[in-house]
Amino acid sequence: MRQTVASAGYTRTAITLHWLIAALITAGFTLGATMVDLHISPRKVRLYAYHKWIGITVLALVLIRCCWRLLHAPPPAEPMPRWQMSAANLAHGLLYALMICTPLIGWLYSSASGYPVVYLKLWQLPDLVSKNDALAKVLVQVHGVLAWTLFWVVLLHSAAAFKHHFIDHDATLRRMLVWRRG
Amino acid sequence: MERHFAVLAVGALLVLTLVTGAAGVPAVDVSKSSIIVTFRQENVPVDAPFKKFNGRIDYDPQHPGAAKAAIEITTGSLDLGSEEYSAEVRKKNWLDATTYRTATFISTAIKPGPLGHFDATGILTLKGKTQTVTVPVSVARAVTTTSFDGELQLSRSYFGIGDPEWNDVVDDKVRIKFHIVE
Repeated sequence: MRQTVASAGYTRTAITLHWLIAALITAGFTLGATMVDLHISPRKVRLYAYHKWIGITVLALVLIRCCWRLLHAPPPAEPMPRWQMSAANLAHGLLYALMICTPLIGWLYSSASGYPVVYLKLWQLPDLVSKNDALAKVLVQVHGVLAWTLFWVVLLHSAAAFKHHFIDHDATLRRMLVWRRG
Repeated sequence: MERHFAVLAVGALLVLTLVTGAAGVPAVDVSKSSIIVTFRQENVPVDAPFKKFNGRIDYDPQHPGAAKAAIEITTGSLDLGSEEYSAEVRKKNWLDATTYRTATFISTAIKPGPLGHFDATGILTLKGKTQTVTVPVSVARAVTTTSFDGELQLSRSYFGIGDPEWNDVVDDKVRIKFHIVE
């Protein structure tokens, strides 16, 4: 029992990464959904740049988070029906896959369309593919579908967290909020 | 106004005569050649090719100083990778491709350099403005073809390309890289 209490929370690093990534995904998604319909203007070009920087940051943070998670196992889940456990595992798997694939496909799209990513206006990232208009057209569609899938899975993930907090009154959400140890 | 058009028409004819030249003299092999504009937006280098151009370079390796070059580019053929952006760059505040259908370079003096190199000085006409430019060119001869490679830098503002509101986003300096095969 003591052991369960001691390991009931996520590490500070895991909590920080979770919320930082959550904020960046929200910003990146909102930006992406808005910028595509704007008329060509200096503002549009800037927003595209910010969107790409956010995406690359998310990609990097998610990779760091994966490494961290491998070294620091997440706390065991609160008791819940088996189907909920499976659904949670599936959703988490999907979230990780989407958090990696969405920015990665975005980067590929940038390369294929001949507009390389220059991170923070400072570092030009390597092109993952050479310029290819036909491929770019497909990749931009895939990027959009992945982003919207991510949107719905994030919504489901948040709804489940609220359900655990307000209906089940368990510690599922709290353990991602409580700042306990390094 | 009519006189203005007459002058333009005569000018265009003159250029065409220069460009197409005498029958039997090899002209530029457009399928093997390229003229690529590199501009920077938010520090992102973007390569945009002109899809249509023609011209002629008379070059005799025995008398490089007597070489002559005339290149004519269809301004509306600049390909920015997406139709939305290509259409934008054809507009009045950018290349104004309907009023100024072509951009030309007509050499006025060739200064031979070390073997396989020369400096081509000539008059560049773009969007109704002219500029005398000197471009270092390197020549490579194959069995049946000769290729000419070079690069020059232009200022957008000098030619009135792009509204000032874009100056914070798109660099004033634009590079033009050519690979002409005939």
